[in-house]
Amino acid sequence: MPEQDPKKRINNFDEVPFGYDEQTAIAEAKRCLQCKNRPCVDGCPVGIDIPDFIKEITEGDFEKAAVILKNKTNLPAVCGRVCPYEEQCEGKCTLLKLGEPVGIGRLERFVADYILRKGEKLPKKPVPTGKKIAVVGAGPAGLTCAGDLAKMGHSVVIFEAFHAPGGVLMYGIPEFRLPKEIVRKEVEYIEKLGVKIQYDVVVGKTISVEEILDEYDAVFFGTGAGLPSFLNIDGENLAGIYSANEFLTRVNMMKAYKFPEYDTPIKIGKKVATFGAGNVAMDCARTALRLGAEKSYIIYRRSEKEMPARNEEIEHAREEGVIFKLLTNPIRFIGDEKGNVKQVGCIEMKLGGPDTSGRRRPIPVEGTEFKIDIDTALIAIGQSPNPLIPQTTKGLEVERWGNIKTDEQGRTNIPGIFAGGDIATGAATVILAMGAGKRAARSIDKYIKSNKQ
Amino acid sequence: MVPQKIKVSFCMYEILEKKVLSDAVKLMKIKAPLVAKKAQPGQFIILRIDKKGERIPLTIADYDRKKGTITIIFMEVGKTTKQLGLMKEGDKILNFVGPLGIPSEIENYGTVVCIGGGVGIAPLYPIIRALKQAGNHVVTILGARNEELLMLEKEIDEISDEKHICTDDGSKGTKGFVSDVLQKLIDDKIKIDIVWAIGPVIMMKVVADLTRKYNIRTIVSLNPIMVDGTGMCGGCRVTVGGKTKFACVDGPEFDGHQVDFENLMLRNSRFVDEEKHSCKISGVE
Repeated sequence: MPEQDPKKRINNFDEVPFGYDEQTAIAEAKRCLQCKNRPCVDGCPVGIDIPDFIKEITEGDFEKAAVILKNKTNLPAVCGRVCPYEEQCEGKCTLLKLGEPVGIGRLERFVADYILRKGEKLPKKPVPTGKKIAVVGAGPAGLTCAGDLAKMGHSVVIFEAFHAPGGVLMYGIPEFRLPKEIVRKEVEYIEKLGVKIQYDVVVGKTISVEEILDEYDAVFFGTGAGLPSFLNIDGENLAGIYSANEFLTRVNMMKAYKFPEYDTPIKIGKKVATFGAGNVAMDCARTALRLGAEKSYIIYRRSEKEMPARNEEIEHAREEGVIFKLLTNPIRFIGDEKGNVKQVGCIEMKLGGPDTSGRRRPIPVEGTEFKIDIDTALIAIGQSPNPLIPQTTKGLEVERWGNIKTDEQGRTNIPGIFAGGDIATGAATVILAMGAGKRAARSIDKYIKSNKQ
Repeated sequence: MVPQKIKVSFCMYEILEKKVLSDAVKLMKIKAPLVAKKAQPGQFIILRIDKKGERIPLTIADYDRKKGTITIIFMEVGKTTKQLGLMKEGDKILNFVGPLGIPSEIENYGTVVCIGGGVGIAPLYPIIRALKQAGNHVVTILGARNEELLMLEKEIDEISDEKHICTDDGSKGTKGFVSDVLQKLIDDKIKIDIVWAIGPVIMMKVVADLTRKYNIRTIVSLNPIMVDGTGMCGGCRVTVGGKTKFACVDGPEFDGHQVDFENLMLRNSRFVDEEKHSCKISGVE
């Protein structure tokens, strides 16, 4: 897919890939073998009827293709951009064995963008059931769950702590990977289905779970993995050291890259080190370049093979000039006389035997300490579930890392309380959260119909 | 279908009342029924004035559950507080979320000394009231740079058993700092069970340093830079007892003897240049 030139794009926040035009989309769709056993569908966490929507593209009926997509996903323009398709649908594509799989993700994006531009008809209004459901958190899990419940005829209100919808789609993923206008439009579609979003409500603080249950027939928690992890090394509270969450929220949601037109500031200097090598780390390192960093490092304690980010993200980062310091572990931050970080002390690592995760364990190589000059450090080593809901919901069972315990259907140990997405699984992907939201919607529908006649 | 009991305004948050307490200090009563219903002493809110605004935390100076209002008192120090100071009764704030943070631990301690410095007097007020209601003997020390910057004197006088006033320039009360008054109380052998100190970071540090010597438990309320206020960004992290804590969800009140105030001051000055620039170009300087 054509993309913005790396040299140009590091000076702007515009989207990197341009997307297919109609002709290219049709040509790509025609490569699909329309396999009878549909392996791609098995690879999709929300079970999109992939061959069917692709078939409509070959026939030039993009609207029909969109209807097929929207049967299973409320956020196709988002999925078409941020899904790890290479591991999912495209990873199962029969053509992969012969070379290149069908560009399913790109085709999804093409159809979704087409319908966003063109404007779409809403599905037939369902018969109202008179049941009320509260959804907590307007991220991928909550939006999906809410949209599906609304399609079933339930009355749905989403309580959102922030002033904007989207959750990680809005605060986490950068504009150049997922334009916020796209998120906004897909959320508008969900609102048109009848879902109401009430902002500025922190459930557990502004209103309690008990109050919600008093008034609603069921509640779904999709509160995400919002709690940033830190390295827990010396000097980590110096000025100039941000969690990935703070850095990305300032830049993406609060639009600090447009400071001072927008009021939220960000300051990164010229040398920026990002710790971690997942998708969030790549987002941080690439965002730093766009904010004017001359050197943007990824510092990671394992080797290239273990980097958890998608290949596409790593490639994009490399093309843009991100410097990878692999097998390198930070041991302390060193500040200047004013308390700003000025260096990070690191040690070289080598890989030993496999650890519990199956990856080779990194081991420090003695006597290899060295320092890197930095103005800013971004800590992107993961997030854990936000503890606010578990802390304020009496009797709700949680697991070891603080995630809410649920079964396959998203049911918690308390009847009427459901959960899904990162709050239940720990930090994972947008599409898995959407899948969980979908399953929970079905399970909530079943619960309401059976238990509460 | 709009829910019945949990009435959330889909509209903005109206400024019902505004008072100019001094040149740079304003009081506002904001219509925010859900926040007012749950607000407790020691908690804070986060507001955002408009679409391009930043999110800033402000401690709750008072609340009226019946009228559904939250009182905020703020000093105009940066772009947002200056812009807020220019707003009038009837104007609306775009976002107003809370109550956030853990409420003050109110119980009957015996004799409590409540120390408020400058605009820190505001959040202290509901705490004093709650401590008094819990049966404490409440001694208050209010301090400010000058008389003009003192506030809520009358209100606090009504609920305190003893009240001391001091100003840096001597324009009202004793000339000197709140810590001087506190030292005198200690020298006079008044038995103090706990101290609450809210004000500028340096004031809280000085008070904590003093009470540490006498082993008097001291609660301070920290005001670091925040973005979300729900534990998500970690921007408000402070070092307490050698451990990292988030002021938004673990605080904002902490054991003053454990707080690394130097680190807090450094972290609070992270965006000083940007703040100045923002004030300058937006003309609220």
